[in-house]
Amino acid sequence: MTAKTNDLWVLIETQEDGSPKKVGLELLNPGRRLADKQNGALVGIILGKNTKEAVREAGNYGADQVIVLEDEAFWPYSTDAYTAALNYLVEKYAPSILMIGATPNGRDLGPRLSCRLKTGLTADCTALDIDEETGHVAWTRPAFGGNLMATIMCPDSRPQIGTIRPGVFKKPAPSGKTAQIIHEQFNIDPASVRTRLIETIRETAREVVDLENAEIIVSGGRGVGSAEGFALIQELSDTLGGTVGASRAAVDAGWISHSHQVGQTGKTVGPRLYIACGISGAIQHLAGMSGSDVIIAINKDADAPIFDIADYGIVGNLFEVLPALTKEIKAARES
Amino acid sequence: MNILVCVKQVPDTTEIKIDPVTNTLIRSGVPSIVNPFDSYALEAAARIRDSHPDTKIIALSMGPEQAKAALKECLAIAADKAYLVSGRAFGGSDTLATSYILSCAIQKVEEKEGKFDAIFCGKQAIDGDTAQVGPEIAEHLGLPQITYALEAKLTENGLEVIKEGEDENQRLSISLPCLLTFTKPAFDPRYPTLKRKLAANRAEIPVLGEDDFPEIDKSRIGLKGSPTRVKSTFVPPKKQGGVKIQEESDKASAQRLFSLLSEAHIIE
Repeated sequence: MTAKTNDLWVLIETQEDGSPKKVGLELLNPGRRLADKQNGALVGIILGKNTKEAVREAGNYGADQVIVLEDEAFWPYSTDAYTAALNYLVEKYAPSILMIGATPNGRDLGPRLSCRLKTGLTADCTALDIDEETGHVAWTRPAFGGNLMATIMCPDSRPQIGTIRPGVFKKPAPSGKTAQIIHEQFNIDPASVRTRLIETIRETAREVVDLENAEIIVSGGRGVGSAEGFALIQELSDTLGGTVGASRAAVDAGWISHSHQVGQTGKTVGPRLYIACGISGAIQHLAGMSGSDVIIAINKDADAPIFDIADYGIVGNLFEVLPALTKEIKAARES
Repeated sequence: MNILVCVKQVPDTTEIKIDPVTNTLIRSGVPSIVNPFDSYALEAAARIRDSHPDTKIIALSMGPEQAKAALKECLAIAADKAYLVSGRAFGGSDTLATSYILSCAIQKVEEKEGKFDAIFCGKQAIDGDTAQVGPEIAEHLGLPQITYALEAKLTENGLEVIKEGEDENQRLSISLPCLLTFTKPAFDPRYPTLKRKLAANRAEIPVLGEDDFPEIDKSRIGLKGSPTRVKSTFVPPKKQGGVKIQEESDKASAQRLFSLLSEAHIIE
């Protein structure tokens, strides 16, 4: 299809209580920049059974307009209901660009929707711009496990759709403004939804690890050596009020659960401080944490690639360094 | 139960290195493997057959002639039969064109093997990492989908699936026919047996070429049929390393780091 407007849409996923997922608000940041570059409006798209808070937040973080579909059918997420509803909205308004957070639901919906619309999708982007020469979106994403970056464009079909990794962009500064709200209606026939949620399973052992919002992360890798070794990581993290992260090697070895994993197949993080302990710095790990403000590396191998991106590096034995560092911090806090 | 498993042959991306002089990927000498997520899809199919022995498992791949090696591995592990889709006109396809070709190929294979009750894919391939082809095949064929599946079990009404979520997992039901994409489960996929391995080496793998799809819409395949274009590729820029500390003891290093961090107001 061809676009009727230069508008840029950001899908803002809602949670059960009506609050927005953080990545939806993050995308309003690059969304503003790209929408301005092509003289389009920045539009938040909000689906849910309860949308009030998300609608308010979308305006506060810079959306000019919000299109809302509020219905019981939009909680919990289902591929069939969301694809049908978004397909309806896109065909009606024909925007130029649609950005979706690369959450599990976003990565489920993006390809389904773009295929129905017969348009191009670029998945898991980490950088966005408008190509000056052509005016198309230049979507940049990692491939080959983060070894290579590719910039993709969708020249002929609209909308241009991309999913964007959570944690890559920071939320814009709140504006205190309210967006113009358009309430839409779209009826979902329950029989058209071919999956059904039976139950959610929250393992008691699986704690919620909020790496994406963490200010300080202390991460352990292969060099930590055992599940017991993570006690030192935990202690430093607790002392700093941080969150414990891990490399894939530590997760695969079974020392810590997958919910702690940072990297290409784990979470993308951007804390103020990232302390990498016994992590060599495989490209897959760097892909998930190189956006941190300050990076500290502790590793016994002076040639480990993690030192190439670290602001401060200690070449040494982490089993000696970590307790000493924790002790220094505790002593300073007590004095 | 008739299950199709879609697999891709990929370079082992954990073995890829960057040429420090040209700053490009070194692809030669990198081993080709069955995409790990596809092997979880195959294992899920094999587990259904463990409890329902009348299940038939067909493997399908698209790629050059060498991709037969990946299909032979699937035969050695669990597949009963395998098909390869290969043709020059298919080259240069992005995910939308690839999934269209695969959806046409699936209908061709169904003419020979009967309708599939379920199509299992890996959640993504480790080279492209897009996670698009599975859901797009489902859309082309009009099938319901569940992505990020960990396990699937056959019930009276369809499949019951455990789906991995961000904070919690979900148990979902889905009607048949359907498409599932699998992520890494808690268990390891089975290994091939020697007997199956020998049989796989001898197996004939039929190839579906361009001539086998007279009715395919040529405007929707290959580079021309692909809505997306790769504008450029580059190796991620390297950041310069900062201060490296190596004092006479680890304790002294820790103290030096702490004083640097305090001075810079990073830790207060």
